[in-house]
Formats: sequence, C-alpha cells, structure tokens
Amino acid sequence: MNVPSMLKVQRLTKTYPTAAGPLTVLHEVAFDLAAGATLAIVGPSGSGKTTLLGLCAGLDRPSTGEVILAGESIGALSEDARALVRNRHVGFVFQNFQLIPTLTALENVLVPVELRGEGGAAAEAEARGLLARVGLGERCDHYPVQLSGGEQQRVALARAFMNRPKILFCDEPTGNLDGDTAHAMVELIFGLNREKQTTLVLVTHDLELAARCQRVIRLRSGAVVSDEKTVVTEGTER
Amino acid sequence: MSFILKMAWRDSRASRRRLVLFSFSVVLGIAALVAIGSLGANLERAIDDQAKGLLGADLVLSGRAPLSDAAQRQVAAVGGERAAEISFSSMMSFPAAKDLTRLVNVRAVEGRFPFYGDFVTVPADAPARLRAGGNVVIVEETLLRQFDTPVGGTVRLGATTFTVVGALQKYPGESSALSATIAPRALIPQAALAATGLAERNVLIRHRTMLRLPAGTEPWLVERELRAALRGEGVGFETVAERRRNLGRALENVENFLGLVGFIALFLGAIGVASAIHVYVRQKIATVAVLRCLGASARQSFAVYLVQGLAIGLIGAALGALLGLGVAFAMPRLLADVLPFQVDFFVSWPAVARGMGAGLVISLLFTLLPLLAVRRVSPLVALRSAAADEGSGRDPWRIAIGVFIAVAVAGFAIWQTGKVRDGLGFAAVLAAGFGILALVAKFTAWAARRWLPRGWPYVVRQGIANLHRPNNRTVLLLLSLGLGTFLILTLLLTRSTLLKEIEFSGGGGRPNLLLFDIQDDQVEGLVQTLTAAGAPLLVQAPIVTMKIATVKGRPVEELIRRTRAAGEGRDAEKGRRGDTVKETDAKKGPAGDRLPGWTLRREYRSTYRAALTNTERLVSGKFTGEVAPGEAVIPISIEEGLFKEMGLALGDEMEWDVQGVLLRTRIGSVRAVEWRRLEPNFFVVFPLGVLEPAPKFHVAAVRADDSAHSARVQRAVVAAYPNVTAIDLALVLETVDGIFSKVALVIGLMSAFTVVTGLIVLAGAVLTGRFQRLRETVLLRTLGATRRQLLQIQVVEYAILGALAAVVGGGLALAGNALLAHFVFRITPAVPGLLLAASIVAVSLVTVLTGLLTSRGVTNHPPLEVLRQET
Ligand SMILES: Nc1ncnc2c1ncn2[C@@H]1O[C@H](COP(=O)(O)OP(=O)(O)OP(=O)(O)O)[C@@H](O)[C@H]1O
Ligand SMILES: [Mg+2]
Repeated sequence: MNVPSMLKVQRLTKTYPTAAGPLTVLHEVAFDLAAGATLAIVGPSGSGKTTLLGLCAGLDRPSTGEVILAGESIGALSEDARALVRNRHVGFVFQNFQLIPTLTALENVLVPVELRGEGGAAAEAEARGLLARVGLGERCDHYPVQLSGGEQQRVALARAFMNRPKILFCDEPTGNLDGDTAHAMVELIFGLNREKQTTLVLVTHDLELAARCQRVIRLRSGAVVSDEKTVVTEGTER
Repeated sequence: MSFILKMAWRDSRASRRRLVLFSFSVVLGIAALVAIGSLGANLERAIDDQAKGLLGADLVLSGRAPLSDAAQRQVAAVGGERAAEISFSSMMSFPAAKDLTRLVNVRAVEGRFPFYGDFVTVPADAPARLRAGGNVVIVEETLLRQFDTPVGGTVRLGATTFTVVGALQKYPGESSALSATIAPRALIPQAALAATGLAERNVLIRHRTMLRLPAGTEPWLVERELRAALRGEGVGFETVAERRRNLGRALENVENFLGLVGFIALFLGAIGVASAIHVYVRQKIATVAVLRCLGASARQSFAVYLVQGLAIGLIGAALGALLGLGVAFAMPRLLADVLPFQVDFFVSWPAVARGMGAGLVISLLFTLLPLLAVRRVSPLVALRSAAADEGSGRDPWRIAIGVFIAVAVAGFAIWQTGKVRDGLGFAAVLAAGFGILALVAKFTAWAARRWLPRGWPYVVRQGIANLHRPNNRTVLLLLSLGLGTFLILTLLLTRSTLLKEIEFSGGGGRPNLLLFDIQDDQVEGLVQTLTAAGAPLLVQAPIVTMKIATVKGRPVEELIRRTRAAGEGRDAEKGRRGDTVKETDAKKGPAGDRLPGWTLRREYRSTYRAALTNTERLVSGKFTGEVAPGEAVIPISIEEGLFKEMGLALGDEMEWDVQGVLLRTRIGSVRAVEWRRLEPNFFVVFPLGVLEPAPKFHVAAVRADDSAHSARVQRAVVAAYPNVTAIDLALVLETVDGIFSKVALVIGLMSAFTVVTGLIVLAGAVLTGRFQRLRETVLLRTLGATRRQLLQIQVVEYAILGALAAVVGGGLALAGNALLAHFVFRITPAVPGLLLAASIVAVSLVTVLTGLLTSRGVTNHPPLEVLRQET
C-alpha cells in the first residue's frame, strides 16, 4: 500500500551570510513524510529546527535543495504563490501563539477563510465549533490580551485547523506553557490531528511529546543525526 | 477586497484614536489651503459683484493739472454725469485738541460722487450736507476720535475753519484701514477750497474727473476716444475693468504667497503622518507576518494598511476642509477694515476640492513611504520573535515615491505661483530648509551620543540619551518645531528690522521732522519761525518736479511700450487695450516689466545744489556744483541704484521734461545715497545755475526733542504757513507699524498653522512612541526610579528638543531676515536679542508642556498592565 508523500525534502541546505562569513545552519537535510504521518523534529537549541520548519512551510527559501509540499515544488514558486499554498494546505501553531492582537478570538480563527473571501455564516459556525472543540466556546469575543497563554495557544490551534490544512506545522507549541496546560494542549493537537486526518510536523524540546509521534528526526548543528520510527505504522517508510 | 476592508477596520480597533490623531497633522495644512482658496474665491466674487463700486464711477481721468477748456468740452460731449475732485496733502489743525496738527489727504469734491458703491458716514446724511456746500468737512472717523473732535465740532484747513458734518467710515474702492493710517481723508466742497489758500501753489495737487457714462456706453471705447483726443494733456485714465484687474492681480499675489505658507504647514503635517505611520507599521510587523503565514499575499497585507492610510488622509482632508471653511468664514470679518470692499462668505467648492485634493495627494504619498515596508515583511518573523532585518536591497518603489513627492511639491508650487522659476525656487528653498534642519538634527543626535559628559546627573544624561536612542524623534521634531519657529520669527524679525530702521534714522541728533510744500517766499520766514520754536533748520532743499522725456535719444513712450510688450505679452486682453499706458501712477511698482517701468514713468523730484551732502558719497564721475548760464548739456548726478536699474553709463544723455520745458542733461556723476535717514534725498541732483527759475517748492528738516516739542513746532509752522505740511518720524513709525500689523495678522495666522502643526506632530510622535516609553519607564520604575526622576528625564528631553528647534529656527529666521533686509529692503537687519531669547524660551516651554501633556499617564501606569497590553 502506498500512501502519497505530503512533504518531501531533498538535500536541503541553508546558509546565512554573516559578518564572519557564510554560516551554514542546515546541511543537506533530506526526508520524506507520507500524508497523515506525524513527525517530531528535536535537537539542542540552535541546531536549526526552526529554520528547517520555516523552509518546509515555504516561509523562506533554501540556499540549495528542494521542498515538495503537497506535490508542489515550492522552491520554484513566487512568495505570493507560496502564500497561496500556505493558505490552502498549511496550518501553523507557534511557540509564542502569534494571535493578531486587534482581532477577537473568533475573528482570529476566521482569518484564513476570510483571506480567501469565503467568510459568511457557515464559516463562522465552523469557527465557533472549533473554538468550542478547544474549550473556548464562551470566549469567542475576547481579545488575545484577555486570554491566558494556554487559551491563546488553543485559539491558535483552532485557527490552524480552520482552513482544513493537509499539514500542520507546530514550533514548540508547548514551549511557553506550564506542565498541565501543555499536556492538555498536546492532547488537543493529537486529537484534532486524528479527527481531521492531518499530517503533523512538530518541533519540540519535549522528548515525551516527541515520543508520541510516529517518527523523530534529530538535528545537531544543522545535520540529521538520527531518523527513527517510534511506532511502526503502515506504509510510512520510503 | 472585502477581506481587506474588514481586516483594515478590525485591525484599526485598538488604534483608531491614534489614527485620527495622525490625521490631525495634516488638518491645519489642508485647512490653510482651503481657507485661502475659498477666501480668494470670495474676494474674486466680491470684486466682480462690486466692480463699479471699486472705482465709484465708470471712468476716471486724473492728472496734475486741471483739464483744459478743450478737454472739458471733449469730456462733456461724452454725456452722462460728471464729478470732480482736487486732492492734495495738507495739515489739518484741531482746535478741540489744543490746535494739534496732522497731515491729511484733502479732497475737494464737486458733484454726486461716488456714483456707485458704499459711501458710509456717521451720520448717514453727511454726503448730502457736503454737497449742499459751505465750510463743511467729512473727516476720517479715526482721526476725529484721536483728536477729540465730535461731529459738529470744528477743524482748520489753511485759512478756513470747517464744521465737521460727518465721520468717514467707508469710501468706495478704498481700504479704510490703510487710508486711515497712511493718509486720513478729509472731504470738503470744492467751492470752499479757494478760500483756504492751500491749492494755489501746491505742486503735488491731483485733479480727478469722474464720469458716469450714459447707459449702453462702453467705458473702454470712451477711454480710447478721450485718450486720443487728450493726448499731450498728461491725463491718466482708469476704468472699472482696469481697477478690477489691478486689484485682482494684487490679491492673487497675496493669495499665492499665503498658499505657499499653507503648503508648508501641509508638508510638515505630512512628514508628521509619515513618521507616525513609520512607528505604527513597526508595531504591526508581527501581525503582518502572521497574515503572511496564514496565506495573505504581500499585496493583500499592504492593502490592509493602505486602506488605513487612505482613511487617515480622508479624515484629515474632511476635517481640514471644515476648519478651512470656518477660517474663510471668519476672515472677511477680521479683514473688514483692510479690504477696500465688502466680502460675503460663500462656500467655494472648487477651492475646497483643490485644498482637499492637494492634502490627500501629499498625505497619501507620505503615507506610502513607510507603508511600503509592509510589503517586505517576511512570514519568517512569526517564527523568530526578533524582527528580521528588512533593509536588504533598495526598494525601487521608495525611490519612485520620493521622486513623486519632489515632483508633486514643485508642481504645486508652480501651480500656486504661476511661474516655473518661482515654483522651483520655492521647492528648492523648502528642500534646503529641510536639509539644514535635518542635518542639524542628525548632528545633534550624533553629538549627544559622542560628547555626553559622564559627570552630569543621571536624569539629564538619560534625557539627552533619548535624543539618539533607537526610534528617536529628534529629526522629525526639529523639523516640525524648527520650521514653525522659523516662519513666525522671520515675521517678527522683519517687523522689528523695519521699525528699528526708521527709529534709527531719527536718532542721534538727526532730523526727525520733515516739512514739505514750502514756497519760495516762505523760506526765510519759516527759518525764523523754526528757530523761535526751538528747532533750528538742519537741512533745506529746493525741489523741482520733472519727468524723463528721452533716454539716450529715445523717447520715453517708446521705451515704455517696448518694456510693456516684453513684460506683459501674455496679457490676454492686450489687443483691446494695448495702447493703455498709465502716465500718472508713477509710484506703482514695476509689475513685471523688464526695464523697470517705474524708472521711466515716475515723477522725479529733483534738487539742485553746489555740493554733496553728508548722506551721499560719490561713486564715480565728477560732481559738478555749478554751471554757467546757457550751458547746452547739463551735467547731473544720479543715484547709484537707479543708475544700475536703468542700465545707464557715465556720459549718457537724458532729456528732462521740467513742467513743459525740455532740459538736455548728461550723467556726470553717480552717487550712493543713504536713504535710511529721514532727510530729503534725491535720485537726481542738478548743479546750480539751471533750475532756479523753475516752479519749485522746498523741503526742510529739523529735529524736535520729543513728541510734545514736535507738536509745538508743527503747530507754530501751520499757524504761520498753513500750506506747509509736516511729517513726523513718529507718524511714519506708527504708519509702518499699522500696515504691518494688518498684514501680519494674515501671515501670522498662516504661520501659526505651521507652528500648531508642529505641535500636533510632536503630540503624535510622543503618543506613537508611548508604548516603547511605557515599557522603558516601567523597567526604570522596577529598578527603583521615582516618578519625580522619570518626569525630570522627560522634561530634559523635551526642553532640549524645544530649545534646539527654537535655536535652529531662530538662526534660520535671522538668516532669512538678513537676506530680506539686504535684498528686498536694502537696510541693515536688526538683531533683537530679547525677542530671540523670549521666543526660544517660549518654544521650549510649549514643547515641554505639549510633551508632558501627551505623555501624561506614562509615569504612573501600573507596570502589570504594561506587561500585558499593547499600545
Ligand atoms: N538570519 C540569520 N542570520 C544568521 N544566523 C541565523 C539567522 N537565523 C538563524 N540563524 C542561526 O541559525 C541557527 C539555527 O537557528 P534555529 O532558530 O533554526 O535554531 P533552533 O534549533 O530553532 O533553536 P531553538 O531551539 O533555540 O529555537 C542558530 O545558530 C541561529 O543563530
Ligand atoms: Mg527554534
């Protein structure tokens, strides 16, 4: 049985020009992730995790190498075309929540569909449903400053699922949360991921969290040092 | 599209008040443009509506001599109604005020003039009583008040005592305020003139004949006919159309000038908006990055903020238009006594549209400049909290918009002034002024970092450090406050320069009382009278009036025609009135002629004497003091400025028309004249032995110790020689100050717009920087700073900014004033230390106050709130 590839990364290298000469942050990283799979990227601080995530999501251009997201080689696309790919296929959860401070929780969740010009009552009902799903049904009209960190992160999660993404990228989704809140968040992420059949890419320090993914890639100094499957599921290897 | 609008609206939620405040920066500039534009339109319509009232007649003939009998017949043949006026300057004495005297403009009138327009007196029937004849007079209202003379009281003119039958408030086509200060008017019946004995030998008398033409007669046709018939009589003509055009042109110049001042306010405000938006955009980077992550295109996220920028411009334009109309509504009332006609307010939509349009375009261009950065925000910023450096590579759009702004400014200036050269000049001066201020600001920031003494108290160092720390507003605030200060100070400095000049001219034992119209046979007696009054004669000179007949063999008419053709070739109505040559308005300015027309047309009052005086210096040639009788070509001495302006050379020949007699002369010498003294000075000096037999009068100058002495001397002179007129230096001072205060009212208002714009920009800058400040302050407080210390830090910062702006603005104003004094007024600029010091203190104080008021709350904000909240 062959499940189609959702994210394919080939010989990905990223170099930053610095005052002290070029700095290679990622070096020839390669992997292939099947649709519906879950991947954790782990590694010490500064090892290039966020950089790799950004490249995978098309937020930045690699120095060399290729990223194929949902069948499209995004390296060849213009910035605006990549934005369109993100809007259609990608969901994000950031370490520092990144809600838009001037919008209410509901409006924040609605942004991805409204961007496509698909607002309206149906979308709003769906957004309310998602907020209820993350336990914030009563807080729809609150602004980010009126929410705690954990609540903000749950709004961000609801927003990430609003456009029914094929793939969800999370950069340290629990990094700014305390133990219990983090735990609840993790349950939500995996729960929603299962419900919506989403591919999941997760950057984390939290080894326990990483262990819940089917696959773990370890980075050190920009290079992959190990790539192991924690649970064997059908058809994830290449 | 709907997403963009929705997002723009929602995103503005927390900052709507701030955005409206941003728009305030351009409100005053737009208001100024709208106000001036609509005032201009109101004036224009008023001129059109009251056109005939501007002149009071259809056609006016004027000259130095009465019309000859033949001319009288010609004029009578035209038909219609006629009135006549003889006007001259004379001393009026007021028995009610201990016989004090004052120079007035006497008008002996005959007929039912004015035929059109308002002739307002108190009581209203005064004109009828004047026409009824007798020794009655209507006197300028302000003069009656000044000399405690009621209607029904008496005044003396020459040998006659007149009964005041009315106070003059308004005379058609004349500015009450200006007439009242320069030459207060006194109207008497013409029949009463002879008995006064004033008119007989007065050389500066002016005769006017006013015509009301029969219905259906075209004034310009009549003018052409009469002009042909009366050639050689030295008669000048004026029609309503002409008066209207001259007036319109003068007003247009003023309007253009004020428009430029208003534009500076707009420009300044736009810079304020740009800088506020700059900060605003910085605060929005995270939001933009998230939008980009969620799939918004660069164009979409840019559009969200462009909509907000547009809204700022629109709000500013709307508020500006409202305020501008308010000012335009109030202006005619403020200027009622300056304007020579009544102005009714109406809303001029084209003017409103122009003002709003200019405001929108400029503010939008300036908004775009910082907004462009939104396009380049990378979605990566959402992943890394530290904003990535976006400076990589030049944005061609920034350069394009910069060029656009330059073009828009120059274009506006050209449109406003109507001349490419003037428009470009304005734009260049504006750029230079901004450049200088910006350089000073940059230098200040740099110097503050470089030379901050370590030994100074902490709060002072902290306050100064704020001038150069990241996101400082030093450049912006120096620009806005400095420019405002510069404009207002230039105005004040010019005023004190002019006044000081006049004061100086009468200081240190120099003459301060000038006596005119002294007849030949009165000189000896007058010298005695003056000596008896304790003011011995200091200077005395005979004056002979003359005009230029030919220059280097070319008749002056030909020269005038040529310069007119060169200077006014673009005049649309030229074909109709191409032969219009004004012979009488000698004192009017050159009005754009290439070879200055005034030098050709003016009536020269020349003197003759044997030597140079102590206010003169020989520049070149040889001064001839006396010539033998019968000399064919008389060597004359000419003043340096005139010599240059007319492009003459030593030895050039000129012919003078001395009241009908032609005199051949050649330029024997050139003199530099110190005009600034209140002493009789002359463009042309003849040698002895030529002009003695010509009709002439004398001027004399004496020195009075104080105003009481001056009044005593004048009274004694007028009692003995009623035809002699006197000008007191104090009167000149008063006149100049009076005119200046009227003009300054309007210019001051416009400059105030600029200064207030500067303050709004300051307030906006403080508010936009507020969040950053809040964090800092909270941090300092956590570290143990007291509120008192925090306040002191702010005071130091704003005081330095204000003082610096004032010093730089003051410096520029000094330079501007020096240039004006040197090139325009040709006098020494005054440097009033006290005024400068006072304005520097005032500007600093206002800056500190505005700064503290707008940052109120920053020092006592609960720290927790700051940690949770944005804005
Ligand atoms: N714009 C840049 N210019 C130069 N170096 C950069 C730039 N961005 C990131 N780096 C460097 O790249 C390396 C990898 O950064 P990255 O943020 O990917 O690490 P990380 O694994 O996510 O670390 P952490 O766990 O601390 O978030 C770091 O050493 C960082 O300093
Ligand atoms: Mg990271």
